[in-house]
Amino acid sequence: MSWLLVLPIILPMIAAVVGFVLRGNLVAQRVVSLAAALGLLGLSIALMAAVWQEGVVAAQMGDWPAPFGITLVADHLSAVMVLISAIIGVATVVYAFGDVGDKAVTYGFHPLLHALLCGVCGAFLTGDLFNLYVWFEVMLIASFALLVLGGRRAQLDGAVKYVALNLIATILFLGGIGLLYGLTGTLNMADLHIRLQEVENQGLVTVVAVMFIVAFGIKSAVFPLFFWLPASYHTPKVAVSAIFSGLLTKVGVYALIRCFTLIFTGDVGYTHEILLWIAGLTMVTGVLGAAAQNELRRILSFHIISQIGYMILGLALYTPLGIVGSVFYLVHHIIVKANLFFVSGVVNRVAGSFELSRLGDLYRYHPLIAVLFFIPAFSLAGFPPLSGFWAKFVLVQASLEVEGYVIAAVALVVGLLTIYSMTKIWLNAFWKARPAEAGPPPPPLSGLQRWCLIGPIAVLAAMTVTIGLFVEPFYQLAERSAEELLNPQPYVAAVLGEEGLARMTALSLAGEEAGVEP
Amino acid sequence: MNSLILREATRLLVALMLLFSIFMLLRGHNEPGGGFIGGLIAAIAFALYALATDAQAVRKALRADPRVIAAVGLGLAIGSGFLALLEPAPFLTGQWTTVGDFKAGTPLPFDIGVYLVVVGAVLTIVLGIKEQQADVEDDPVEPEDRR
Repeated sequence: MSWLLVLPIILPMIAAVVGFVLRGNLVAQRVVSLAAALGLLGLSIALMAAVWQEGVVAAQMGDWPAPFGITLVADHLSAVMVLISAIIGVATVVYAFGDVGDKAVTYGFHPLLHALLCGVCGAFLTGDLFNLYVWFEVMLIASFALLVLGGRRAQLDGAVKYVALNLIATILFLGGIGLLYGLTGTLNMADLHIRLQEVENQGLVTVVAVMFIVAFGIKSAVFPLFFWLPASYHTPKVAVSAIFSGLLTKVGVYALIRCFTLIFTGDVGYTHEILLWIAGLTMVTGVLGAAAQNELRRILSFHIISQIGYMILGLALYTPLGIVGSVFYLVHHIIVKANLFFVSGVVNRVAGSFELSRLGDLYRYHPLIAVLFFIPAFSLAGFPPLSGFWAKFVLVQASLEVEGYVIAAVALVVGLLTIYSMTKIWLNAFWKARPAEAGPPPPPLSGLQRWCLIGPIAVLAAMTVTIGLFVEPFYQLAERSAEELLNPQPYVAAVLGEEGLARMTALSLAGEEAGVEP
Repeated sequence: MNSLILREATRLLVALMLLFSIFMLLRGHNEPGGGFIGGLIAAIAFALYALATDAQAVRKALRADPRVIAAVGLGLAIGSGFLALLEPAPFLTGQWTTVGDFKAGTPLPFDIGVYLVVVGAVLTIVLGIKEQQADVEDDPVEPEDRR
């Protein structure tokens, strides 16, 4: 069992090493990359199956018992996130066969991609805050290298902003970790869950919690800390933008969900109120920013921000239904968002531009691409019966349940404005006649290239439709995750064993007595 | 930099520092030290050598591309973790065996792997900067116009 938890991290790492040694051999690199991505997919399915059957699973690296050693934990949320990352990984590798040129492959595109996946899976599976920081760093270094691959000026410009702001987030995160360690003497998340309740100085805990909100807030691009994202996401290769948009900010959201359900639950009234404001403002600013843009990838980048707001909203409500909504939204969003970036790349390949003013007539000449854009775009906007509808539906219902009429209204209006943006793309890129100044379109794609580019898009679009039509199992998965997140007993028991559970019970008994006495 | 004193002193110092880095690597088993710090000392030795001579001489002395050294080191560290499958125990559990009077175990190859990763990664950066600097000195054109 313990190997099932390690291998999703180790396999991409090995793929990165092998790919790097084979740097000169382009064919071998691509074969290794695809094999490793498919291997990761197989492993993550096995992990998901194990978690589905047995509940939370944990492993102690090097056989050092928790909380002293390095712990890996997978609950339903971790397992599904690893699974989705693996799916996006395979899609990106295949798409890259058609999109990323030989030169970028010689510079190590595939090893870097696997290093990124290694960091992402590590962040999802770790049960320890310091290791979460380490995996964030692995991810940051790999993503930085991927951003500048190609070395155009705009890329370097975007990358500098990206790295500078992420470093600030990292320093805050590390500072918060240091304070937590000083307060409790542990960084194991399950152990922290127990120990933080014993800390006398709860005010300081809240301060640390706010530091974590800022740190993860920068990573997940929430209001007002999002400006690095639209500055950098439209510059790299499309395959890179797609995997970034699908996975990177979502690791930040995952970290927020994990920390603010497992660790910082002492002062929910204060911290989650902040999160609620952040959620609302993020949704609104993101969608308004998108409305002002006229370049495909920039519009999509701003929409990432507004969608992040929805995920935070569920967490901020902190009700079972709210968390269900957040988890469901995460899963739906990763697939849809990466897919939209893939489509934007294909549009650029067949029409020669990302600018709406230089596009047109795509519906007439490329009806397949039009359909494949329509599905993720209108799922993003929340059209029934696509996956986005259910995600938004659950979140709005969760807001109404706690009488948050304002935030429910915000969520609905933002959904409407998302439709506006998607319609704008549809009108300009697909329906409008191609403007004369755009010049002749680039040469058509070769057969193999076409398959590599369209294949992943079609598969991801099919998944969006599947989630929408057969929502029950996915909803059930989100429900189970939410149950685990709001009731961390199985998580603590899996990591710390019976002893940890006993400590937890003793603590809650003491709490009850203290509550009864006065 | 062209300094006779630095060049001559470096020849002695580099050898000593490399020896010291291996001492630190081995000492790390039970006392402060280990692969990371040992690797840093070795990288400093090579960086000093690069300062006294040029990047080309360091590449010749290393014999392998520093990036490959880092990749091989990472492979070695991961591989030593996999030996735990013999028991079978969780990943990275130390495995021990006795060869004559000598106790051999997986923590040492793991540490050597870390050592190689650090040497390779640091030297990739140092030599990259050094070579870019040499390029600029040779060629007075603005760097961004050369693309």
